[in-house]
Amino acid sequence: MILRGTLGHPLVRRLLEALFTLAGVAVLVFVMLRAIPGDQITATLGTEAAALTPAQRAALETYYGLDQPLVVQFWTWLGSVLTGNLGASERSGRSVLEMTANSLPITLELAVLSLVVGLVLGVGAAMLSASRPDSARDAAGQAVALAGLSVPAFLLGSALLAVAARFLGYNPNAEQFAPLVADPALNLQQMLMPALVLGFGLAAPIMRTARSALLETRTLDFVRTARGKGVPPRRLQVRHVLRGALVPILTMTGLQFGYLLGGAVVVEQIFSVPGIGRQVLIGIQQKEYAVVQSTVLVIAVTFVLVNLATDLLYRVVDPRVRAT
Amino acid sequence: MTAVVDVGRVAPGRHTILRRTLRSRTGVIGAALVGLVVLAALASLLGVLPHDAVTQVPAQRLRGPSGEHWFGTDQFGRDVFARAAGGAASSLLVAVVAVAIATAVGTAAGVVAGFFGGWSSRVVLGVTNVLFAFPPLLLALALASAFDRTWLTVAAAIATVYTPIFVRVARGPVLALREAEFVQAATVLGFSPLRTLARHVLPNIAPILIVQVTLSLSWAVLTEASLSFLGLGTPPPAPSLGAMVLEARVLVNVAWWSMAAPGVVIVALVVGLNLLGDGLRDALDPRGGGNS
Repeated sequence: MILRGTLGHPLVRRLLEALFTLAGVAVLVFVMLRAIPGDQITATLGTEAAALTPAQRAALETYYGLDQPLVVQFWTWLGSVLTGNLGASERSGRSVLEMTANSLPITLELAVLSLVVGLVLGVGAAMLSASRPDSARDAAGQAVALAGLSVPAFLLGSALLAVAARFLGYNPNAEQFAPLVADPALNLQQMLMPALVLGFGLAAPIMRTARSALLETRTLDFVRTARGKGVPPRRLQVRHVLRGALVPILTMTGLQFGYLLGGAVVVEQIFSVPGIGRQVLIGIQQKEYAVVQSTVLVIAVTFVLVNLATDLLYRVVDPRVRAT
Repeated sequence: MTAVVDVGRVAPGRHTILRRTLRSRTGVIGAALVGLVVLAALASLLGVLPHDAVTQVPAQRLRGPSGEHWFGTDQFGRDVFARAAGGAASSLLVAVVAVAIATAVGTAAGVVAGFFGGWSSRVVLGVTNVLFAFPPLLLALALASAFDRTWLTVAAAIATVYTPIFVRVARGPVLALREAEFVQAATVLGFSPLRTLARHVLPNIAPILIVQVTLSLSWAVLTEASLSFLGLGTPPPAPSLGAMVLEARVLVNVAWWSMAAPGVVIVALVVGLNLLGDGLRDALDPRGGGNS
């Protein structure tokens, strides 16, 4: 009975669900690894693999465990992943764990900066729009959102870089990438354009959600009361309306984390930022499948954990959710 | 702008939807933009454009836009308009096939999960959760890199990414419809579940699906273009909008049109699809009216 009660608790159910999802993610990543044309041997030796004698090939298959049944291979792989062995890059000899330890923080920094840009731009445009619905102001705000939805990051990034380099002679990204701790001034300059591009795309869904949340909150009784007791309009918009609309805005922002991780691949490539997205892409280009799969796994796990954390945060922030 | 509200109808008829969509400004602009790009793509496929996308004319390289070459020429003297139109055609082909697969598979899985519940629902939702655990563009990238690259595998990769969305979109309303009196009546009358689904459930989720299809097309176009920008989209020699922007990065200082042309086509197509989706949503909103 106690077990049943515990399992039924929404919090426990949410944790179990996350665990199941992680298991599914591991299976899918493993299957993708096996689906790749050719196997570990071809991937390592390239065209030389064709010259192997059957005996040499069999020996290598045993070495890589390819002669084992798939299920056994999966457990072996999962076991090594869980103990932190994510494989290594054949080319540089560096372990994927080490590469990821360098690249993930860079992408997370980019994600945080993009979130700031997205929130400022999105909520700003939404407040402008919602302050007078169906006006020219509203149309301008909505146009910003539509542009954010429709202009792909690769186009905006390429155009921005070209314009900045040509007309302003400004291209901090042409220099060697500077880590945040080593050279914060250069690092932030190098992050500026990537964060603007990613944040612009992020602003669109934030703006749309924020606009409707703001319009809805405006009609609520507590806002009318505040207005009635003489709160100045500007203060009313920020302290009452915006605050009341914060929960849906933050939910939407949390949901966009996946967009940020995916968009990072494109933006990091354009601006030569050595983040985790670029690690995937270089892995694909150099056919380093161990790097690709392990990095994709790391990103997916990060994404699942962030979603879980967002859900759990909710229970702290919103008493109504905690009650269920 | 107030549209007439059909009280008492769950879903407006097809003609009403069309009329309402075309009555809204967003819907008309959206339809026009999409129509223009589709027209250019068709013209490219039928080969009725004044230039083709692959012929190189070295004497005419890097010419600006003119009456002869509407969007100018590239570094090989190829007509940029023809290439952009061809790129639009291959983007649209991949996007339409991807969304068709995602709609069929996702809707079927979502309807089954919603209508029958039980273990089918658990399996479908489990798979959906796993697919949602990957950032969309990254999953498409990983899938596209895992298989030999043809336009069909790119479409299949994009379809896999968008299938879970259709599962969610279809399952929600089906859960509610399952309890509706007219559906229960059909069951009581002894109709087979298949007939009930086809005659009573599907028509009622069709409007939501139409909106979703339109919006998904815009995402699929963006995903395809992003993949080809990263070198993983529709393989050459087929012209591709993303690859055109990539090539234009080194040309843009001497030939701004080489980046502007594919950019304008992508943005026009995606803006059009978004506006059309918004127009359709307004037209299908049972609360009617609201066309902002």
